[in-house]
Amino acid sequence: MKSNIMVLAELRENEVHSSTLELLGKSRELSRKLENSSVTVVALTTEELKETAINLLHKSGADKVLIATNENFKRFNFTYYLRVLEKISNNEKPRIILASATTTGRTIMPALAAALHTGLTADCTGLDIDDESGTLLQTRPAIGGNVIATIKTPNHFPQMATVRPKTFSPLTYNYEGFEKLEVISFTNDSIEDNMELLSFNSTDSSRKNVQDAQVVVSAGKGISNINNLELISELASLLNGAVGASRPLVDQKWLDYESQVGLSGHTVKPDVYIAAGISGAVQHIAGMQTSDFVISINKDKNAAIFEYSDIGLVGDATQILEEIIEELKNSKGERKNA
Amino acid sequence: LKSIINPLDLNALETALRIKETNGDTAVYAITMGPPASEEALREARAMGVDDTYLLCDSKFAGADTYATSRTLAKALKSVGIFDLVLTGEKAIDGETGQVGPEVGVFMNVPVASYVTRIVDVKNGYIDIERESEIGRETWRIRFPCLLTITKEVNEPRLPTLSGKKKARRAKINQYNCEKLKSNPNEVGLKGSPTRVVRIGTPKVSREARIFDGPELKTGIKEVVKVLTNYLEVQH
Ligand SMILES: Cc1cc2nc3c(=O)[nH]c(=O)nc-3n(C[C@H](O)[C@H](O)[C@H](O)COP(=O)(O)OP(=O)(O)OC[C@H]3O[C@@H](n4cnc5c(N)ncnc54)[C@H](O)[C@@H]3O)c2cc1C
Ligand SMILES: Nc1ncnc2c1ncn2[C@@H]1O[C@H](COP(=O)(O)O)[C@@H](O)[C@H]1O
Repeated sequence: MKSNIMVLAELRENEVHSSTLELLGKSRELSRKLENSSVTVVALTTEELKETAINLLHKSGADKVLIATNENFKRFNFTYYLRVLEKISNNEKPRIILASATTTGRTIMPALAAALHTGLTADCTGLDIDDESGTLLQTRPAIGGNVIATIKTPNHFPQMATVRPKTFSPLTYNYEGFEKLEVISFTNDSIEDNMELLSFNSTDSSRKNVQDAQVVVSAGKGISNINNLELISELASLLNGAVGASRPLVDQKWLDYESQVGLSGHTVKPDVYIAAGISGAVQHIAGMQTSDFVISINKDKNAAIFEYSDIGLVGDATQILEEIIEELKNSKGERKNA
Repeated sequence: LKSIINPLDLNALETALRIKETNGDTAVYAITMGPPASEEALREARAMGVDDTYLLCDSKFAGADTYATSRTLAKALKSVGIFDLVLTGEKAIDGETGQVGPEVGVFMNVPVASYVTRIVDVKNGYIDIERESEIGRETWRIRFPCLLTITKEVNEPRLPTLSGKKKARRAKINQYNCEKLKSNPNEVGLKGSPTRVVRIGTPKVSREARIFDGPELKTGIKEVVKVLTNYLEVQH
């Protein structure tokens, strides 16, 4: 049971975040290439996880669910997270550790890598096992997204990587493995209390977020006028989707960073991605290329975005958006009356 | 190649300078590991008001990944002095990963707060900060010594003054090479890096679009509407 893969679970208010299920899906694939390997998911939490959450982790690919409890796990207490994960890693001796590239994962993984004296590759877009050496092959965009680098940690263990949410897919079937559950409660002894949470204010989550929406309607510089953003929002709300954007729109403050899709923004993987007036620079493509279906609108028939699309409409974005919205409204009306 | 200060490091510098202004009795140091051209960036920091600057420069440092970079930086910080507060950018220019801050924190054995959006209060012995996660804003009280990774929300960095620039031109920059740092040459640069780039490729193109142009545009719009109809928000 040793050469195992360890996934750090991302919990949000004690619920398992979808990115963890994506990592478990990938872990099963890696595990098949590593003889005698198993997948352990580690959850740091204040109390135990709900039965449903544990089952979800199992059927998403975990052989073992390891729950570590301590009152300081309510929020991201760096010191407690690090000390406990260091202990768990030293006990479990995983071959690979994976975590989501979220604010927590992006902070704790480098810290853990330094503590365990090993390497870490952040924001991987691909993971595989090298046939010869059995080491983890980590792929990520580099040099401003113009190239894809494959990185390896030849001589150090564990081999660590973070992956942005929506990069991989969860399993499409229910995994049936060993179903082992281990709960360890960690006391505060020997962990230094050097940080204390004074307050927490949750942010409004009512707005549809680009990473979770089934449909993303993104605007680029080609929409020309800030007023045309209304068409983008209208189409997004008709489709119960989210509004996305290329970087220049965020830079000029037409939209918040929350909307930015791409290398220095968010990675999205909706059922349908609509790009209106976006040229298709590699840095934008890096954030949307795994979308299931891509529709793009551009007045330039040679725009690079068309190479990454399933349907391309050549013409003026404003006009085309207006027409699409009108037809959708009509068909919505028909449906209602039907 | 002109060497510039990473945009977020300007916010980190500004944070340090403001703490100095309100708390007196504080010295601000800027330290960087990089090629000789990094002197320029350190002079810019000096012109903004930094008290002293350190350049870690040696051909042996070249090729360092984040592990080796952080280890060398932490080693230098320990030999330069005793710091209450170490500030880094949340991440280097676009596309970078923000690993160096937390790793330096671990090598220095101090707590880390990342994604800091506001300095609330600085007191004798501790600092109160606000940080932002996906689900909310947290306020933490962190004991010194500690390390913060700074986002651009924290402040608007000042511009160097003319007199600052003049002074900076003549200022001495403290230089450290591998030997002076008493680092083991096997623990720095490429040799001291656990990760290796094994292959470089170009992103691949994966789709074949049906393009609707000119007279076909109408058909294209119909096709799009057909796809989108499945997602129309159903009113309950
Ligand atoms: C390190 C780095 C990181 C980056 N990160 C990101 C990132 O995360 N996300 C991102 O998006 N970019 C990022 N960029 C920027 C990226 O390189 C491009 O500059 C950016 O994506 C271009 O945005 P755009 O397509 O909206 O604008 P443009 O490239 O200016 O394209 C506008 C398009 O609109 C079309 N158009 C014009 N008028 C009309 C009209 N009336 N109707 C229809 N079409 C029209 C034009 O033909 C053109 O194709 C990054 C760059 C670097 C160097
Ligand atoms: N060579 C270096 N010298 C000094 N500081 C660095 C160096 N590399 C990274 N940093 C700091 O770490 C932050 C994050 O960098 P990175 O991990 O490369 O995204 C930067 O904003 C800097 O504050």
